[in-house]
Amino acid sequence: MDAIILQILNGLDKGSAYALIALGLTIIFGTLGVVNFAHGALFMLGAFVAVTVRRVLTLSFETIDPTRKDFLGNPLKVKTTYVEHWFGPDFGQWLIDWSVPIAVIAAIPVMALIGLAMERGLIRHFYKRSHADQILVTFGLAIVIQEIIKYFFGANPIPVPAPEMFRGSFDFGVLLGFPENAIIYPYWRLVYFGFAAVVIGGVFAFLQFTTFGMVVRAGMADRETVTILGIDIDRRFSIMFALAAIVAGIAGVMYAPINSPNYHMGMDYLVLSFVVVVVGGMGSLPGAVLAGFLLGILESIASMKALIDLIPGINQVIIYLVAIVILLIRPRGLMGRKGVMED
Amino acid sequence: MDTREDIMTKLQLTRRGVIKAGAATGAGLAMPTIFVKGAAAYTNEPKGSEVVFGFNVPQTGAYADEGADELRAYKLAVEHLNGEGDGGMLNTFSSKALKGNGVLGKKVTYVTGDTQTKSDAARASARSMIEKDGAIMITGGSSSGVAIAVQSLCQEAGVIFMAALTHSNDTTGKDKKKHGFRHFFNAYMSGAALGPVLADAYGRDRRAYHLTADYTWGYTQEASMKYFTEKEGWETVATVRTPLGAGDFSSYIAPVLNSGADVLILNHYGRDMVNSLTQAVQFGLRDKIVNGKQFEIVVPLYSRLMAQGAGDAVKGIFGSQNWNWQLQKDDAASRAFVKSFGEKYGFPPSQAAHVAYVQTILYADAVERAGSFHPCAVIEALEGYKFDGLGNGPVEYRAADHQCFKDVLVVRGNENPTSQYDLLEVYATTPRAKVEYAPDNEFFAGGALGECNPGD
Repeated sequence: MDAIILQILNGLDKGSAYALIALGLTIIFGTLGVVNFAHGALFMLGAFVAVTVRRVLTLSFETIDPTRKDFLGNPLKVKTTYVEHWFGPDFGQWLIDWSVPIAVIAAIPVMALIGLAMERGLIRHFYKRSHADQILVTFGLAIVIQEIIKYFFGANPIPVPAPEMFRGSFDFGVLLGFPENAIIYPYWRLVYFGFAAVVIGGVFAFLQFTTFGMVVRAGMADRETVTILGIDIDRRFSIMFALAAIVAGIAGVMYAPINSPNYHMGMDYLVLSFVVVVVGGMGSLPGAVLAGFLLGILESIASMKALIDLIPGINQVIIYLVAIVILLIRPRGLMGRKGVMED
Repeated sequence: MDTREDIMTKLQLTRRGVIKAGAATGAGLAMPTIFVKGAAAYTNEPKGSEVVFGFNVPQTGAYADEGADELRAYKLAVEHLNGEGDGGMLNTFSSKALKGNGVLGKKVTYVTGDTQTKSDAARASARSMIEKDGAIMITGGSSSGVAIAVQSLCQEAGVIFMAALTHSNDTTGKDKKKHGFRHFFNAYMSGAALGPVLADAYGRDRRAYHLTADYTWGYTQEASMKYFTEKEGWETVATVRTPLGAGDFSSYIAPVLNSGADVLILNHYGRDMVNSLTQAVQFGLRDKIVNGKQFEIVVPLYSRLMAQGAGDAVKGIFGSQNWNWQLQKDDAASRAFVKSFGEKYGFPPSQAAHVAYVQTILYADAVERAGSFHPCAVIEALEGYKFDGLGNGPVEYRAADHQCFKDVLVVRGNENPTSQYDLLEVYATTPRAKVEYAPDNEFFAGGALGECNPGD
C-alpha cells in the first residue's frame, strides 16, 4: 500500500511536467491549429534559462593566491563572484542560492520573446500547410535549437541546485501512520507540484475569467465568426503562443533542479507530451491536464519492481499500451470533442 | 650513400616480404585475393611519406564532451609522435622505439569520424575512414556497444582497432577480436577493486539495491558488482533495470529505502548517472539511517566529466577510474601528460583523454618495434607486451584476450574540492594481482580472438 502511495506521489510530479508541456501544446493546437514539435525545445530552453541565470549570478573575477597551487603548479587563481563583491557575501550567497526562483521571473520575458519570434518568424508561414509540413518544420526547428544549446553549453548535464531550504526530503509516511522511511519525498518535488497546480489554475482562470480569454475561446470554437466580428484574432493567437512558450519555459526552469539540464531533455519529454495530448483529446485543455497526471502516475506505478518482475519491460511501454486502449475505446481521447483535427 | 630513410624503407620491404610470404602460406586458400590483387600486402599499406590514423569519437550525442576530450588527446599524441610540442609521455614511456619523427619515418596525419554514440553510425564512419581516407588504424569509442561494433568491423577490414572508452566485460570477453586492443579497465576489474574497499569502509553486513542501465555494459557491471560485494558478505536485495535515458529516476529511487537495503549501487553512466545520482541525493537517501547504519550510494564507474554534471551530489561517493590527473602527485608520466595537455588546453585531461592518448602511442610504438604497419606484425608486437611510464605504472597487454592488466584506482567524491577539476580524489590503488582473472573466467567466457586478417 505504501509503495503504491509512493508511486502516486512520484507520478503527480512527473505528471506535472507532462501536464504543463501538454497544456502549452494544446493551447497552440487549439488556437493556431499547429502541431508544434518544437514545444519540448521550449521546455529545454527554460531549463537553460535557469542555467544561464545561475551562470550570470556566479560570474566572477580572479585574484591570485600565491599560497595555493593549481593543477599545473602555478599559483592558484581564486574566484570571487561579482554579486558577493557588490552586495556582500551574505546577500550575494542568498541570490546565488535562490537562482532558480529568480530564473522563473527572468524566464517570463525571455520565453515570451522566443515564443513570439518563433511564431512570427517561422511557424506563421505554415498555418495553411498540412499538419505533416508543420510537424516537419517544427521538428527541424527543435533540432536546430537543440544543437545551438549544445554548441554553447556542451552535451553533458549541468547541475542547477534548488535553494538550500528545499533540499532533502520529507517523510510522508509518518504523517499517514506508516513506519519511518516508507514514503519519502523530496521537498523540491512538492514545490514543483504546487507550482504546476498554480500555473495550470492560472491559465484556466485567464482563459475563463478575462475578456481576452473569452475572445480566445470564442476564436478556438469558431475562428471565422470572430474575425467577421472585427476582432484581430491572429494577434491574440500569437499572444497565446507566447503564453504557451512561457508555460513550457517556466516548467523547464523549475524542473532544472530535479533533472540536470542537458540539450536533449526537450526531446525526452516531447514524445510523451504528445501522447498525453492525444490521450487527453486534441484541443482539450482539461483533457491534457488530466491525461498528463494519469499517464505520469501509471508510468510510476509500472516501474515498481513487483510489476517489472511480473511483466518485464512494462515500465517502458505502459504509456503507449494505455494510449492504445484509450484510443480504441474513445477514439477522440478522454475529453476530445467532435470536429477537432477531423477536417 | 643511404640515408636513414632509405635504410628504413629497405628494412620495411624485407620485413613485409617475409610477412607476406608467411601470410600466403599460412592463410593459403583463405586469402586468395592477395595473389589476384598483388597491389598491397595489407589494407591501406602506407605508400607515401605520410600515414593516416582514424579517430572515431562521439562528436554529437550524449557523450560528445567525452569525445571532444578524446579528440584533444589524439591531436596531442599526433603532435608528440611527429616531434612537435614537449613530447609528453613519450619522455617517460619505457619503450624508446619512437623517435619523434613520425612512425617508421612517416609523418602521422589523421582523419576524424563522428560515432554519435550509435553503433551503426560508428561503423559507417569507421568504414569511410578505412575505405576513403586510407586509415591504417581506428581508435576511439565511448560506449561499449559502439566499441564492440567497430572492433568487429576492423577485424573484417584488416585494420587495428585501439579501443578507448569501453568498460563492458564483453569487449575483451565474448566479443573479443584479434584486431581489437583495450587499454581501459573493465566492469569486472571495477568490482574486484571496489568490493574490498566498500567492505572496509561500510562493513560486511550490508544489503545492496542495484539500479542498472538496460544494456550490455549495465548487465556486466551489475553482475560484477553483485559477485564481488556478495563475496565480501553483502546481500543483494534487488536488481532493477532502468530504461536508458529515463531522465526522471524518482519512481526507481523512491522504493529503495523501504526495501530494507542500506546501500544503493548505481550501474549507470553518462546522463543517466548524473540524473539518478542527483535524484537519489535529493530523496535524502544519504541522510537516512537504515538497519542501524548510514545509508550509502556507490557509483562503480566514475568519470570526472560526469562528476561535474552531478555537482555536490558526488561528495563522499565511491567509484573506480582508469586514470585520474591527480596521480601526477606521485607519477612522473601522469605529470608529463597533465603538463602538456594542461598547457595546450588550459584544463587537466580526463580519463577519456588519457586512454585515447595512450592507445595512440601504444599503436605507434608497436609499429615501430615491429618495423612494419602490417596488422599481423603489429598484433604480434602488442600481444603480451609489457610497458611502463604511461600513467598507470607497469602494464601488460595480455595475449590471450588483448586486455591491459594494471592497477585500478578507487576514487571518492572530494568533500572539499578546490576547483571543478578535483571533484574526485584517489582513495586507493588496487594492485593488478587483485583484479586479474583467467582468460576463461565465467564473466568473459565464450568468443574467440580469431585469426589475424591482413585484408586486401
